[in-house]
Amino acid sequence: MGAPKKSAVRVSEDTDELVRVPLQAILLADSFTTKFRPITLQRPKVLLPLLNVPMINYTLMWLESAGVEEVFVFCCAHSKQVISYLEKTQWLSQPNFTVTTIESHNCVSAGDALRLIYERNVIHGDFVLISGDTISNMSLTEALREHKERKKKDSNAVMTMVIKRSKPNPAIRQSRLGTDELFMAIDPDTKQLLYYEDKADHSKAILHLEKSLLADNPSLSLHHDKQDCYIDICSPEVLSLFTDNFDYQHVRRHFVKGLLVDDLMGYKIFVHEIYSDYAARIDNFRSYDTVSKDIIHRWTYPLVPDVMNFGNTATKLERQGMYRASEISQSQSAVIGPFTSIGFGTKIGNNTKISSSVVGEGCKIGSNVYIEGCYIWDNVIIEDGCKLRNAVVCDGVTMKSGAVLEPGVILSFKVVVGQGFVVPCYSKVSLLQQPVEEDSDEELEYADSTSAITSKVDTSDEEVASQVLDTQLHSASELGVGGVGYIWSKCEGGHEEEWRHSVAPIPADKISEAMKIMEDELELTYDGSILPPSGELKPDCNDSEDDDNEDSRDDTYFEKEVEATFLRAAQENIQEAHLILEVNSLKLSYNKVAADCAGAVFYALVKYALDTPHSSADSLLQNVKDILRKWKNVLRPYLTDIDDQIEVILKFEEMCSESAKAFAPLFTSILHFMYEEDIVEEDAILNWDDEKKDADDSDKVFVKQAQGLIEWLRNASEEDDDDEEE
Amino acid sequence: MDFQVVVLAGGVSKKLLPLVSKDLPNALLPVANRPLLSYTLDLLELSNLKDLVVVVEGRDAALQVRSWISGAYADRLQVEVVAVSEDVGTAGAIRAISHHLTAKDILVVSGDLVSDVPIGAVAATHRRHDAVVTAMLCSAPVSGPSESGSSGGKDKTKKPGRYDLIGLDPTKQFLIHIATGAEVGKDLRIQKSILRAVGQIELRTDLMDAHLYAFKRSVLQEVLDQKAMFHSLKHDVLPYLVRRQLKSEVLLNGIPQAEDNGNEKVISQSNQQMVSQILANASEPTFHLRYALGLNGCPSVRRTHKCCVYIAGISKYCTRLNSIQAYSDINRDVIGEASHLSGYSFSAHNNIIDPSADLGAKTTVGPHCMLGEGSQMGDKCSVKRSVIGRHCRIGANVKVVNSIIMNHVTIGDGCSIQGSVICSNVQLQERAVLRDCQVGAGFVVTAGSECKGEVLAKK
Repeated sequence: MGAPKKSAVRVSEDTDELVRVPLQAILLADSFTTKFRPITLQRPKVLLPLLNVPMINYTLMWLESAGVEEVFVFCCAHSKQVISYLEKTQWLSQPNFTVTTIESHNCVSAGDALRLIYERNVIHGDFVLISGDTISNMSLTEALREHKERKKKDSNAVMTMVIKRSKPNPAIRQSRLGTDELFMAIDPDTKQLLYYEDKADHSKAILHLEKSLLADNPSLSLHHDKQDCYIDICSPEVLSLFTDNFDYQHVRRHFVKGLLVDDLMGYKIFVHEIYSDYAARIDNFRSYDTVSKDIIHRWTYPLVPDVMNFGNTATKLERQGMYRASEISQSQSAVIGPFTSIGFGTKIGNNTKISSSVVGEGCKIGSNVYIEGCYIWDNVIIEDGCKLRNAVVCDGVTMKSGAVLEPGVILSFKVVVGQGFVVPCYSKVSLLQQPVEEDSDEELEYADSTSAITSKVDTSDEEVASQVLDTQLHSASELGVGGVGYIWSKCEGGHEEEWRHSVAPIPADKISEAMKIMEDELELTYDGSILPPSGELKPDCNDSEDDDNEDSRDDTYFEKEVEATFLRAAQENIQEAHLILEVNSLKLSYNKVAADCAGAVFYALVKYALDTPHSSADSLLQNVKDILRKWKNVLRPYLTDIDDQIEVILKFEEMCSESAKAFAPLFTSILHFMYEEDIVEEDAILNWDDEKKDADDSDKVFVKQAQGLIEWLRNASEEDDDDEEE
Repeated sequence: MDFQVVVLAGGVSKKLLPLVSKDLPNALLPVANRPLLSYTLDLLELSNLKDLVVVVEGRDAALQVRSWISGAYADRLQVEVVAVSEDVGTAGAIRAISHHLTAKDILVVSGDLVSDVPIGAVAATHRRHDAVVTAMLCSAPVSGPSESGSSGGKDKTKKPGRYDLIGLDPTKQFLIHIATGAEVGKDLRIQKSILRAVGQIELRTDLMDAHLYAFKRSVLQEVLDQKAMFHSLKHDVLPYLVRRQLKSEVLLNGIPQAEDNGNEKVISQSNQQMVSQILANASEPTFHLRYALGLNGCPSVRRTHKCCVYIAGISKYCTRLNSIQAYSDINRDVIGEASHLSGYSFSAHNNIIDPSADLGAKTTVGPHCMLGEGSQMGDKCSVKRSVIGRHCRIGANVKVVNSIIMNHVTIGDGCSIQGSVICSNVQLQERAVLRDCQVGAGFVVTAGSECKGEVLAKK
């Protein structure tokens, strides 16, 4: 074990000394999810403004400041928009910071993206994997050093994940970023990640850890109080691993879990915890809200509006956390509360109140407007007397006078809300109609729908315009008089998500409801007063049911496989020996015994006979005889035992009474034929008869039918015995 | 101090046959020439815990223990020796003596504990947290799972080692999960709700439950009353309490129930917890408190109790004498590396030879040996790392290595004894060779016999 490892280490040291590989990063400018719809139908998520600056700038600025020298920006959905934005902002022409874009239109997941990048062969050393919606100010030095040191000692240490302490709410089971709770097991000494469960199944109240984890680690810590920052430091092997495992789609769900489960390859993942630094990924509207507030509260320093100084308009920080750009015209009577940001050239009317909100550039806000906890992007017109609470309002929206947005509303680009219209809670409003092909399947995230819609939308300013015309024609708009836009219907399962992932604070009733559930659950878990003596918890009854299902599923799969194999053999005239080999391999892979095979093969034969065209019962009988005679050698290896033969008879009986009733009248004659052909021996038939003695009458139908044959056999055997005695 | 101590001294353990017998119950088994129970009693005395109930299984055994204690500890400890029927289990034993218990907190100690951990510290930890139960943990013996873990897969399949799986909170003060004697072959199941409440659990397999617990009396009695099925403190009561700590019917003693009554009591409960929190002197609120206070910081009606741990330092000695192997190990340790436990002062040669012992010419007694009073040894003997009891008569040319010889043993010339335990009144005739054997009391080993790894006892 020692020798090859050493040489490997030496090689890597050598390369370290010889070539200095610049630190590279892969920035995924596509989240491959649909959480920001309907906004992302028209603009990619990475270009959505976060305090008036598109998100991708935060990520790129951090990468630059963290010492990354070369970034590959992977664009998929709305790739044109991303590329032209990068060109416009001169990210592509920085002196010591190379930004290269990689474009693709058919990737549906992060896995596809990484495979594509692997093919391009542009990554030569350790790299940072990040998506374009991640905000951080952490220093990479420490994490990189740890990663490299581990890598030197153990070439299997391929990835270092950055985590941060953040305790999810135990009642509603999500973090403040609106992401699901995360369970991890980490070795406290080496910081190796041993277990990762993010899409927790809430119905299971028990965390299941493999015994081997405990056997190998004298101590390990289970965490529920950490947040995944989605910043990964990867070795180049990660890309080839994605290529080797072409079914890996999601970096966490497939790649990380895959490596943790797979102990053959022995790849290891480690974590690096940050304490005072900031790192968070904007995954949904709630994290959009949380991260925006964190920026306003300057947790992300130096990535704050007045320091970043992005674009050409300077923003000043005033007392109470107010950020104000230049050329704001604000009425004397307007009140702007703390922790608010107002963009360049925005006009605010009389008696208007704004608090804890972000207002973009060039907005016109009328008089007596009330805005609280909203994200208002650029060039929005809000007429007099509107009320907005906890909403996201995209570019170019017009709100006619007196319109009201209830908490959690999303207004996509250029929507017009009619006069006095009240948009109900959690509505998502867009000029585009809701894509119809949605289904609530989880696979949705990887389905082609994203790219399909994207390509449609990419080209589509005119198209939008024409749609707008359409809507205007249907003047009975969903958004009141003079309103333009569709209110998207809530998709299935979205009901749960809407309050979890919305910008609005979680309603109190939901919290109390969740608390109640939590308590009930505690009660449930503790149910059952008698404990098993070992002190272990009782296994869930759910589990065992699952197991049962699996078993029976296995059975039918096995039968189907055998049948398919046989049919192929029958049609392609495959030799019997080969067929037997194939069935044997199936037997091994499904962990079956000879009796199962006998049953399955027999089933396949008889089914084949049944499917062969026949005119009458006689010709069916003839079919069965022909087929059994022809293929009996395949059956024979599995019929060495009496029990196996009984299994065949039982199987046949079952078929006659259930799946293939056509055989019912022929039961005895076929049984007799099988006896003649030595497929079943007389002992088997007699034992079968004995076994059925105590059965219900309904089960005895075929025994009775075969009574004649059985009698005859019994007499014959007695005669035999008599003969011997004489 | 208002602590009552219950010492579970056991009866005649099957695991220790043939060393123990009707005439020599576990508690009186000599370890380095002192009864086993004296180690526990001395340790308790050291912590000024003097109100004791010693529970012995079986009447005869109890009589013997009582007579020994009344002689040895007459004016030092207040001891009550109580007999319970056999096989009631540890929980059953407490149930049986329940009417003897009056103090606020009960310390339950296993009588087979040989340790130098200050028990007073365990009691103090218990009081400091106002806990319902405090368990003492010590480092697991090295021969345990840690070794089999490193030596790879084969070893594991051979003997599924048993160990205690212990989950602690990050401050290592609270017990969150316990599965004692868990088999390596089982997957681990942890309730998510507990993990949610605490945020982080440290799972340790390198700690061992030393079977020393401090209980709140009211809670212990309530649990034992309610759950008639519970047989063992370690396997039933402790896991039960640990599991119920966030949702508890067993209530903190003396704290009013805050069920349907108004806010006042709720606040008093949380105040009380605050006070205990301040006493605990921890910078961060414990998960119990955080949990009890609810999510918005408003005290909601919650019933929690605390299960605490006291982790003995790694340098402390802490072993239970519950197997023959452990018996040999403990004897070796007590006269060897943990010699301060023996209570004797060692000579310059690192051994103890009673002045009344009589050694023949050219006989050597090596370091880490003990020779009891009135024992005689012939010429040219050699003793290494062994304990020899009182009034033994040992002939010439006898070799004793890594062995324990109890009292009144007669050993003929030319015997060789290695890694064995010889009980009292055994007679070894000339040239007997014993290796890794246990010889029961009063047995006679015939001349010239050679035994290896055998158990020799009277039928």
